[in-house]
Amino acid sequence: MSFLPYAVAAWVCIVGLYGIVTSRHLIHLALCLTVMQSSTYLLLLAIGYVKHGGPPIYKGVKLGTTSVDPVVQALTLTDIVVSVTVIALILALALDVHKQAGTVDPDEIREMSG
Amino acid sequence: MSWALPLPVVIPLIAAAVCTAGDHVLPRRLGDAIGVVGAAGAFAFSLVILLASEKQTQLTWFGGWKPRHHHVAIGVAFAADPLGAGVATLATGLVLASVLYSWSFLRDAARAYDTLMLLFGGAMAGFALTGDIFNMFVWFELMGVAAYALAGFQVAEVGPLQGAINFAVSNTVGAYMILMGIALLYARTGALNLAQIGHALSGHRPDGLVIVALTLLVCGFLIKAAIAPFHLWLADAHAVAPAPVCLLFSGVMVVIGLLGVTRCYWTVFDASLAAQAHDVRAVLVALGIFTALLGAVMAFLQRHLKRLLAYSTISHMGIALVGIALLDEKSLGGASDLLLAHGLLKGSLFLCCGILLVRYDGIDELQLHGKGRSLPVLGIMFGLGALGLTGLPYVGSYLGHAQIDEGATANGIDWVQPLLMIAAGVSSAAIFRAGARVFLGWGPREDPLLSAEPSESPPERTASMPALFAVTAALLVLGLVVSVAPGLGQRVEQAAGRARDRIAYVDRVLRGRELPAPPRPPVAVESTATDSVLYGIGATAIAFGLALVGLFRRRLPEIVRTALRFTLGPPLAALRLAHSGIVGDYVAWITVGTAVVGGVWALLLR
Amino acid sequence: MTRRVRIGFFLPALAGFAALLVWAYTGIPSFGDYQGPYGFVINRISTPLRHMDNAVNSTTYDIRGIDTMGEEFILFAAVIGVVLLLRDEEGRSEDVEDDTGSDVIRIFGTLAIGAAVLVGLWLVSFGFVTPGGGFQGGVAIASGALLLYLVAGYREWSAFGDETKLDPIKGIGGGGYVVIGLAALVSGMPFLHNFFSGGVTGSVWSGGSAGFVNWSAGIEVAAALVILFSEFLEKYIVPIAKSR
Repeated sequence: MSFLPYAVAAWVCIVGLYGIVTSRHLIHLALCLTVMQSSTYLLLLAIGYVKHGGPPIYKGVKLGTTSVDPVVQALTLTDIVVSVTVIALILALALDVHKQAGTVDPDEIREMSG
Repeated sequence: MSWALPLPVVIPLIAAAVCTAGDHVLPRRLGDAIGVVGAAGAFAFSLVILLASEKQTQLTWFGGWKPRHHHVAIGVAFAADPLGAGVATLATGLVLASVLYSWSFLRDAARAYDTLMLLFGGAMAGFALTGDIFNMFVWFELMGVAAYALAGFQVAEVGPLQGAINFAVSNTVGAYMILMGIALLYARTGALNLAQIGHALSGHRPDGLVIVALTLLVCGFLIKAAIAPFHLWLADAHAVAPAPVCLLFSGVMVVIGLLGVTRCYWTVFDASLAAQAHDVRAVLVALGIFTALLGAVMAFLQRHLKRLLAYSTISHMGIALVGIALLDEKSLGGASDLLLAHGLLKGSLFLCCGILLVRYDGIDELQLHGKGRSLPVLGIMFGLGALGLTGLPYVGSYLGHAQIDEGATANGIDWVQPLLMIAAGVSSAAIFRAGARVFLGWGPREDPLLSAEPSESPPERTASMPALFAVTAALLVLGLVVSVAPGLGQRVEQAAGRARDRIAYVDRVLRGRELPAPPRPPVAVESTATDSVLYGIGATAIAFGLALVGLFRRRLPEIVRTALRFTLGPPLAALRLAHSGIVGDYVAWITVGTAVVGGVWALLLR
Repeated sequence: MTRRVRIGFFLPALAGFAALLVWAYTGIPSFGDYQGPYGFVINRISTPLRHMDNAVNSTTYDIRGIDTMGEEFILFAAVIGVVLLLRDEEGRSEDVEDDTGSDVIRIFGTLAIGAAVLVGLWLVSFGFVTPGGGFQGGVAIASGALLLYLVAGYREWSAFGDETKLDPIKGIGGGGYVVIGLAALVSGMPFLHNFFSGGVTGSVWSGGSAGFVNWSAGIEVAAALVILFSEFLEKYIVPIAKSR
């Protein structure tokens, strides 16, 4: 039980990576990147969990009560913003590619090689 | 002087914000001027920090959150040692050069371009100066996002879009790997400050978590550094980005990747892996040599000038990685000198390509055949840049090559130097061949060996040629004199030594202890071993010879040509296939590389 | 490389990568057993030193404020990038007849816009007391703005989502963050030092200058996201308008 969150994090990462490599649609690829990013959220938040710990909000709560780690939550917040921005860029690129090349299949876009 | 530490980051950022806020209000030239002032301010303060850091590692804790409670670091620190400050200076300096060049070069969407450029520069400075691993990740991502947008700048063609997608996806996968590494280290040590993580790990034998964290961090950074097999995105991104952007990509963005590896190893992993350093070294040296040779060969197969130069960059990054991987002071100093000279010289070569594009409307070696004859000055600059990259004794990158060679010898490794010589020779041969074809008109107009790439349309601004030439020439001259600048080699070596000194770093960052100022190194041209001189001459000979073979292949006897075709044909075809331009392939190779590196270290380091 | 070759290389590598991850994760302290000092220290000092009940936001905006500044500029850069990538020579198309015909949507939508914006503002202002903060509140405000499109149609939206109005807001938000940090620097304290810290725990005024930083983040995020929505919407609307 205590390893399950980490196993799930690893699984989600693998699934995302597989999706990226085998993707046939740029939007699908962007979403697979999001999936891979989600695995890092899982990892971070699982690391910071304290058994029987409450949220790190102290309004009306006595100081010194067991709380979970706030740092990983702050890191995850930063991560989410970073991920959103990169996905936005990739989606914009996908839109442009569709306009220029008529396709969004990454395997078909081969202007450059070698 | 520690108050100045945030400035190389903050000044470009606020200039970018002002440019955007005033975008539709301020006159165009004022916006441009703010950009130049922002870049110049960042560069000036980076220099100031560099000079101050030589006496004492500069330290500031953001928000005033100094460490307390048994040396637990609470806030985020910038800790500038000479190596980091040097990279920040290189980054901000090249951004300034790029902004000045672009003033004349680009017109379309200039405001957005300037803003992204400033953000790019500020992020690189932040990465180089910081002492906190998650802060490194934040600047890494800012760098990345600005770069992806700059790469896809010319949206009207599919090529740039493909390049930008390959770039964005590959580097994002790398960033996630870095983040996973950070999470693992946090899980073990509960810290994000580099010094504190290293302190917490010291004395413990490395286990699976540490080894995999090393793998993820190193591989993530090596993607940015364009080391094979993580390098595939670089050529695509370079081929399509405007020339001043390529200057930054090749000159300093890849250097950031290598700095990441260096910084993480010496502050964090050296603590528990010092006893097994030779195993770490073995894998990285192997990757470095593989990259150096692969990049050189691929460079020779290109006719698109910027793609050719991009592969040459990959090759030089391999050589620099060898220097870093040898894990000693001289080689790390050599890698730094090499990257300094390379950044300046490769940058000036890219700017030459920009001038070619403006003047002749093309960027293809065969298409430009002979046209450069009407710009002999440009031809001379191009030739000198190529010469500087080859490693001819006492020109340009020679100092770096020599120090790496000497470091290898001192470590008892003798087979590395000839291979590096060959790599430098072959990649420069490609540049010489292209230069001879364009500027001298040598060689045939058709060459089936070279892969055809899409052409590029020139930028819309009517360029002021003297301005473009001036910036290009300035970079070229600075790059050429790196080998003979008095005192530079010794100071860089001393900086490398400081970067390797984890105990002193921890003392300074966590305990605030000011160390005695190191002795000033002599101000003299560094002398190099005879072997290095010979290797330098050898590389130049290979470069010239192979360039001539490339140009005048038809005059070789038929038997030789058939033999070459049989032996070299299939491997080259396989190489070409691997560089397919498809992002799925690229990420597959990244996975393969990471799994192999991780697997080897798992077996060796346990 | 054909797909088959690629997958042939990739699958074993993926298996190896998975094995490495699992091996690494077994070295993490078991779930619930967080040991490291960082989180515990921040939980202890956040309320007494800075009068902030929300330890996560005190980390984000005060203790690790420089990370958030970088992150804000990542959003800033990405939005500029998207505008750059989706730029069009064709110009905006303003006369698109696509407002929703339904009165119900209009009424409830308008109410929802108000609610969303209010919730967003509340999230930002009480960020140091309850879960929330600049980023979360900014996103809520931006989604309220997006509801405007749903309710009123593209023409009303395009007057609102106009770059010339939003760019200054975005710049001021981003620049504001930096200026607050610089203000501390100029007065002799380290960059981003929380001056006039204190205030009353549990109220809107807790947090000191980190509160301003919180607001500038919220403003910037809201403006940036509205620009993003606007760019993508335009790409969607213009072809539809042309096809009519």
